[in-house]
Amino acid sequence: MTDTSAHQPMIDATGVPLKKSLARSLRREKIRALLLVSPLLLFVLLTFIFPIGSMLFRSVENDIVSNVLPRTVVELQNWDAKSGELPDEAVFAAFVADFVVAVEEKNHTRLGSRLNYESSGMSSLFRKSGRKVAEWNPETDGPFKDKLIAADKNWGNVETWAIIQTHSGKFTNGYFLNAVDMQRTPNGIEMQPENKQILIKLFLRTVKMSLIITGMCILLGYPVAWILANLPNRSANMLMILVLLPFWTSLLVRTSAWKVMLQNQGVINDVLVWLGMVADDARLEIINNQFGTIVAMTHILLPFMILPMYSVMQTIPPSYLRAAKSLGATNWTAFWRVYFPQSVPGIGAGSILVFILAIGYYITPEIVGGTDGVFISNRIAYHISSSLNWGLAAALGAILLAVVLVLYWAYDKIVGIDNVKLG
Amino acid sequence: MALVTPISRKPLSLVLPVVGAMGAFLGLFVGTSAGSGMTGVIAGAAIVMVLAFIYTQVLKSEPLAKWISRLGMAAAGFVFGGVPGLILGFLFGWLTAWFTFWMYEGRYRRHLLPYLTSGQVLWHYAFRVICGAIFVFLITPILVVMPLSFNAQDFFTFTPEMLRLDPDGYSLKHYADFFGLRSDSNGEWLRSFWNSLLIAPIATILSVSLGTLAAIGLSQSHVPAKRAIMAILISPMIVPLIISATGMFFFYSSMGNWMEDTLGLNKDLVGYIKVVLAHAVLGIPFVIITVTATLVGFDRSLTRAAANMGADPVTTFFRVQMPLILPGVISGGLFAFITSFDEVVVVMFIGSASQKTLPWQMFLGLREQISPTILAVATILVALSIALLITLEMLRRRSERLRGMSPS
Repeated sequence: MTDTSAHQPMIDATGVPLKKSLARSLRREKIRALLLVSPLLLFVLLTFIFPIGSMLFRSVENDIVSNVLPRTVVELQNWDAKSGELPDEAVFAAFVADFVVAVEEKNHTRLGSRLNYESSGMSSLFRKSGRKVAEWNPETDGPFKDKLIAADKNWGNVETWAIIQTHSGKFTNGYFLNAVDMQRTPNGIEMQPENKQILIKLFLRTVKMSLIITGMCILLGYPVAWILANLPNRSANMLMILVLLPFWTSLLVRTSAWKVMLQNQGVINDVLVWLGMVADDARLEIINNQFGTIVAMTHILLPFMILPMYSVMQTIPPSYLRAAKSLGATNWTAFWRVYFPQSVPGIGAGSILVFILAIGYYITPEIVGGTDGVFISNRIAYHISSSLNWGLAAALGAILLAVVLVLYWAYDKIVGIDNVKLG
Repeated sequence: MALVTPISRKPLSLVLPVVGAMGAFLGLFVGTSAGSGMTGVIAGAAIVMVLAFIYTQVLKSEPLAKWISRLGMAAAGFVFGGVPGLILGFLFGWLTAWFTFWMYEGRYRRHLLPYLTSGQVLWHYAFRVICGAIFVFLITPILVVMPLSFNAQDFFTFTPEMLRLDPDGYSLKHYADFFGLRSDSNGEWLRSFWNSLLIAPIATILSVSLGTLAAIGLSQSHVPAKRAIMAILISPMIVPLIISATGMFFFYSSMGNWMEDTLGLNKDLVGYIKVVLAHAVLGIPFVIITVTATLVGFDRSLTRAAANMGADPVTTFFRVQMPLILPGVISGGLFAFITSFDEVVVVMFIGSASQKTLPWQMFLGLREQISPTILAVATILVALSIALLITLEMLRRRSERLRGMSPS
């Protein structure tokens, strides 16, 4: 090496400085990698991430009141609900003008059911008034204040107008408040009445049952993973089939199998009656309750616990245990102080996976859970398909998703998402 | 374990009580089914202990004792309970003789370390029994549906005819209903089965081709924002299905309207496109995970060698890289296939009745009218998953062989 080479930049075969040419090839490599990934990334972003995002947006979106009653909303801004007096004639005139248009476009029932989530009775009020108001002419038939109150006395109620005013914003936190058993009232944020407070309980129950299921999976999965990791390869592979077969069997098959097993006239009850452990007229109630859900879901999720535990335990050398024992440790000390700490990453990976899967389960609780064994997912499905309260469903979904994403992030930190092993 | 511990005969004071305990356990079942559990326990313990004494002290010939035990108990079983009694009796006799000599000759210590104390030996076998019970818990629900699917009655439980192994207790009528061969079957099952068989492969092809490409891209050495991209691509597996289904429900209903109104496509076709796209997204994480796992062990110098010899990137990919990662791609594809084939929540939200798949039909069958045809379907699906499991295992071995590892 001469001194001059330190001052002059190194060049490659074509005379371009080496640094520049390296940077160029690195850039080219990055672009090539991105080009390979981009079709899938766009596909997932467009058909998965975007739909979920826009669904979550429904939980705060509230433009129906201001879209259907634009003039009323403007007029109502000047009215103070706390004064205890009805709004003035201008509000009523604006309302009738809006309402006639809404009835023509058949929007008034939708608005009615939207406001009905906040205060029951609104839906029927809007539907009934719709028929009468449709025949009025907003230009000539005024004044409307007394006429509207005569049409339905609820329009003479300050509450009615206060609710319209409270929910006239373009965005609302009302659905999220509903999702945690609170509500927006003209007097501010309050708890729902006692008999309507079910969602917090449902969230707590979902978490509690998911924790129980995760715990059961650890308890049952640990010995199995241990024996799979410590048997000779041949027998371990044979036993592995017993874990993988349930894993590969359709979820619906396993759920129907549990329905067959747990029913009142099912296999388990029949065997117990035959053995004389249970009287024929006192068969165990083990389905359509929490017990049924826990048993069936433990069975369904157990492979997701065993597989990560097994792959961690495979890497623990058996000689460690023997070394501990030869140094005088008892069986228990050797296991608890030497083996168990090394298997904790497997327990962690399996537990987070099982918990994430359990907390969002829908099918199994729906079939074997009855009424008190269902999860928050079942409530979301109910609001999407039966009650059509999509905003509340989206808010419940957003809360559930937030919990799952936090766990996903933890999983990524602890295990690394590209370290997931399947089968 | 290779080492063989020297074994010695055990005294009768150890053998007889242990064998007696087993006899008591078996006696419990025989006794309770005959009316009195307590009598069964005592009689079982006594009979088995006497037999064990005769086998070891009087007969002294192990093969002779074993056959006497099997045939004798089978004959006794036949007298009491007919054909099922014969089978049970044979099994009990086999178990009694085997267990007696296993204890008496001290064979239970043969595969254990020589210095274990009796307590440790006991724990060793107790642990195996616990594990065995957990394996039973894992596999029983799947095994139970199989014989029940041949039930001649419309019950979800074993009838007395079935337990007597009476041929009249069994029939193929639930299978006939599934295949639409019965006069009262409506063909819904077969139709939904075809729908599943149509949707799942197309969704699989879509997710495998896009997923493999992306996995290859992700395994390059310099990928900007690799973690974020990976997190996004894996997310369909993590996000609870009900949330995915809800999001897709709104998205695909507006997309479906657009395709029907603007592009003028047939309503059924649009329905299938929606379900296929949705299922493809759900299968992608599995393809990404399995293919990236295979690519980790891929030797990069092979592609450089191919390029060195004048192959262009496309030839290199198809002739060098693809054959080596093919096992991973296929197993990813199988995961994607089973995901779509098994999926029910999303298809219920975005599909219409003409896209009803098999899991959907099963879900309806379970929730509304419980029809025993479900058990026949379940048995067919279990057979399918056994086939998938075997394919995967063969792929795993092939992959290990290709990479020069000895298959385990």
